[in-house]
Amino acid sequence: MRERQAAQQARRAREFQSFVAGAAGRLLHAATLLTGERSDANPRARALLTAALAATYASWDKLRGEDPYDRTRTVLVVRFARGAWRRPRGRAGLLARLSPQERLVLVLRLYEGVAEEQTAALLGLPVERVRVLCARAVASVLHPPRGPAPAAPGMPPGTLGKAASS
Amino acid sequence: MSQQERREAVVRGMLDAEGPASVPPDLHGEAVRRGTRMLRRRTVLRRVLWLLLLAAAVAFTIWAAETQPWVEPPSSRTPPLTSW
Repeated sequence: MRERQAAQQARRAREFQSFVAGAAGRLLHAATLLTGERSDANPRARALLTAALAATYASWDKLRGEDPYDRTRTVLVVRFARGAWRRPRGRAGLLARLSPQERLVLVLRLYEGVAEEQTAALLGLPVERVRVLCARAVASVLHPPRGPAPAAPGMPPGTLGKAASS
Repeated sequence: MSQQERREAVVRGMLDAEGPASVPPDLHGEAVRRGTRMLRRRTVLRRVLWLLLLAAAVAFTIWAAETQPWVEPPSSRTPPLTSW
């Protein structure tokens, strides 16, 4: 019993190490985009990724064929979405002027290539809303408003509360 | 390719441009440490819950053996009058 447990633990450690070696760079970049930090100064993104990887490690034996990358990304996104509203936003990153929700949609849809329906399910939003958020995020990345980033650039009134409360 | 798709492709290029971030060297070790702690905590919690369940089962068995609630209690009411 003990021997089998030790063998399982060793296998888990080996598999997890090679997973981290292969996926951490990409996941950290995604996390840095989410938090809106610069890629050379991203303490929040690192903390987020460490927590997500720890959760993946803890459930490694129960993945049953599920892709650990997808699992880690899901944990990352959910943790970010839950905590985003009470954290200060990053200032210097590429997506720093976007709202947390716009960043989530942009990273999932364009950087990670997740389908619209899956993105909507993951964020708990209707598909149309994801489409609108994505279009708005694309527009505001391509045509950044002048001057220091306001709280919510170019947002019609009424959507502001929704975006901030998620 | 529609206008929107072209714009999305441009943004995708911008997102990819920075390349993979440099991973802090102790990321793996820290994740394993925290993951192991989570596993251990889960194991302890499961054990405590099983122990509680066992204690409840034992307590119920003892109580049932003592009071024997399935035995009909002696009637304290006067039987109805039938022949008077």
